Amino acid sequence: MARLLHRLAVWGLILGLIAPLLPLIIWSFARGWRFPDLLPQAWSGRAWAYALSDISGVLDSLALTVFIALTVTLISAVIGVPAGRALGLHQFRGKRIVEAIVLAPLIVPALAVALGLHGVFIGLGLTGGIGGVIIVHLIPVLPYMILIMAGIFANFDPAYESQARSLGATPLQIFIHVTLPAIFPGLMVAMLFAFLVSWSQYILTLMIGGGRVITLPLVLFNFATSGRNDIAGAIAVIYILPAILILALTARRVTGMTGRI
Amino acid sequence: MSEARKIALMLIPALAVIGVLFLGGLAIGLARSFGYSPNLGMTDPNLDAYRAVFADPAFLGALGLSLYIAITSTVISAAIGLGAALVLRHSFQGRAIAMFFFQLNLTVPHLVGAIGILYLFSQSGSFARLAFAAGMIAKPSDFPAMIYDPQAIGIILQYVWKEVPFIGMILLANMQSLGHDFEQVARSHGANRWQAFWYVLMPMLAPALISSSVIVFVFAFGAYEIPLLLGQNYPAALPVLAYRSYVDVDLGARPQALAMGMVIAAISAVMIAVYLWAARKLGR
Repeated sequence: MARLLHRLAVWGLILGLIAPLLPLIIWSFARGWRFPDLLPQAWSGRAWAYALSDISGVLDSLALTVFIALTVTLISAVIGVPAGRALGLHQFRGKRIVEAIVLAPLIVPALAVALGLHGVFIGLGLTGGIGGVIIVHLIPVLPYMILIMAGIFANFDPAYESQARSLGATPLQIFIHVTLPAIFPGLMVAMLFAFLVSWSQYILTLMIGGGRVITLPLVLFNFATSGRNDIAGAIAVIYILPAILILALTARRVTGMTGRI
Repeated sequence: MSEARKIALMLIPALAVIGVLFLGGLAIGLARSFGYSPNLGMTDPNLDAYRAVFADPAFLGALGLSLYIAITSTVISAAIGLGAALVLRHSFQGRAIAMFFFQLNLTVPHLVGAIGILYLFSQSGSFARLAFAAGMIAKPSDFPAMIYDPQAIGIILQYVWKEVPFIGMILLANMQSLGHDFEQVARSHGANRWQAFWYVLMPMLAPALISSSVIVFVFAFGAYEIPLLLGQNYPAALPVLAYRSYVDVDLGARPQALAMGMVIAAISAVMIAVYLWAARKLGR
């Protein structure tokens, strides 16, 4: 009895979690799906053909979104790994203040910050272009990178580095052959989260991109609100597929790690 | 190179980026909300925008709605997230598959979930069709409104859907590092399952539960595209109203838009204190 209840709870939970994804997938193959039909009367690949065609611009948006997310991830890794090391490995005066400053952008909604930045970005000519969008994505992304890496470095033993140094290794050699292999799994998780946080940004891209940097969420929102459920369904699937692939590949590594997306 | 200098060098790039973009953005927003923007010739700081905003029923309605959405979503997500962590922590047949699907929507953007909720719960959505097939309704408008509705049910459902795995995964990670020993000791001293859960496990999980709930709260409070897609027009959620005022053709409304942004930031800032307090308890 207890076992049955447990099973029901587990699979009921899972069903509830996948449920919202199902109509998106069905819609993407539907040829008209009117009330009160439980399933579409006819199936079609039209929405997919359109979404994947040159005219729709979806693939261009996909490439643009990947490019922005990858760039933001790399920049945040270069800046965030040293900062994570400082916070994870060292005690210093003012550490609590630094931690609060790093944590704050995770908690204060980006919209509040973007409303203030927008005017300055216009003055600097940073609106309406990819550069400005990449810069503004760093606000929500960088804190993740720093906090996850601080956790990784808290379990890192710098004695290996001193040993390599005493054996005559250069700082670059030490980093590539000692530090990097040790932090690599954690760095992958941090980069995965960084990528996903940039990947999901909507309002920052809309505001700073000025409607001219059309990433996938912007395209998706437009189709969803214009009543093209079939095309919105196809774009939604395209939008979530990369992340699901990454999760499938890294599932074991990500298990037990947590982050805000 | 001295230790202190090395630490400073490691931190400076990150602090510069966060300082300029995040703190800078907030500082400029704060200045402009006080009507201070020298390049527009406004050099006389005042509280006009805040007075106007707090006298505006649209703002008060939006603030109330956003607080209601954030509190309701957080409480429900925390309760179900805790339950989910409890049923998923022991090994059972099919656990690997269950865990995969449980983590799946951590990677799914909120916007996709919101569109899925729209297609499930709108008056012509999947559940309305099921209700029709079951003979419970005769036409779409008979189905209770859960999208664009004053109770913001669709919005809350979306946050709960997205945040249950988030809170659940954080609690699972915590339970993993705690192990079962504490509860077993309690049980061997005569505590029943409920007592072992409530008096032993819960106090140890509380910091993680509080800190993850804080993150859920501020997200549900400050998100823009979800209430824009699933919410009613009036009162709109606070972030929707703030952005709408900001892009208003009347530039005179901008200080008020920024004042709303600052209210969002101030309420979230209180949450940073709660988070740090909980995290410090966790560190002990």
